[in-house]
Amino acid sequence: MLRQNWWKIVGVFLLLYTFIAGFLGEVPAKPILNETIRNLYFHVAMWMAMMVFFIISVIYSIKYLRSNNHIFDIYALEYAKAGIVFGSLGVITGSVWARYTWGAFWSNDPKQLGAVIALLIYLAYLVLRNSMTDIDKRARIGAVYNIFAFAMLFPTIWIIPRMVESLHPGGMGNPALSSDDIDSRMRIIFWPGAVPGWTLLGVWITSLRIRLSIMQEQKM
Amino acid sequence: MQKKIYALLFLLSTLFYGLIAHAQDSAVDKKIEMADRLRSDGKIYVVIAVLVIILLGIIFYVARLDRKISRLEKEK
Repeated sequence: MLRQNWWKIVGVFLLLYTFIAGFLGEVPAKPILNETIRNLYFHVAMWMAMMVFFIISVIYSIKYLRSNNHIFDIYALEYAKAGIVFGSLGVITGSVWARYTWGAFWSNDPKQLGAVIALLIYLAYLVLRNSMTDIDKRARIGAVYNIFAFAMLFPTIWIIPRMVESLHPGGMGNPALSSDDIDSRMRIIFWPGAVPGWTLLGVWITSLRIRLSIMQEQKM
Repeated sequence: MQKKIYALLFLLSTLFYGLIAHAQDSAVDKKIEMADRLRSDGKIYVVIAVLVIILLGIIFYVARLDRKISRLEKEK
């Protein structure tokens, strides 16, 4: 599966579609946002991809705990790393977007804070793993921590920032992707194009890291 | 396998039809500044060209890595 090419080609095609249609396509004209609304296909897609990777990672962590198969641990680790990369890109792109719409790179906004805390928890997962030299202990304790880190995504990113006042769309219980933020012309690019496109690219890169990691382990 | 890929890509290409479908143009849009100048000057194509070049560059790099790793795996 990792060595098959068809899903990689589909991913590239979807990204090309996202990039081209993303700029040629029509978007609603919103005050303050103006053309930056197109960032949906990039900034928001980063977060969607991140969630996919963290979900895959925690599933492999659970599979590892149930089977002690070391390959699952490699998968869990590499997908967690992919999630951290895409999440960090989400924070950075969000920060740049905020500079021109909210007025500052950083506003201590609940969503911004929540996202950074969630990512720090995952970074601690990497530090925790590296603090242990025994391979099995590292994998087992890492897997348990991964489940905790995954669970923490929900209060930090999806629940608390959605409940309180926030500059970010979705605060105060409002829908996170409402008709203020997106319309059907954008949805047809976002959901079939941007989200699967970026996700497949991340999966491709992660699959390469996994294959490399497995090869290095076999050498030892 | 190849045929299935082409069939899938053809289906996905129908996504582009959304670009030429126009149902309604809002008159309210006139007050809010958009990059219409960039579009009428044709400069939007420069933006797209730059982004596509960057994207394809990254894709070729990743594809190259993929081939290298496949070769290493075959040697084992």
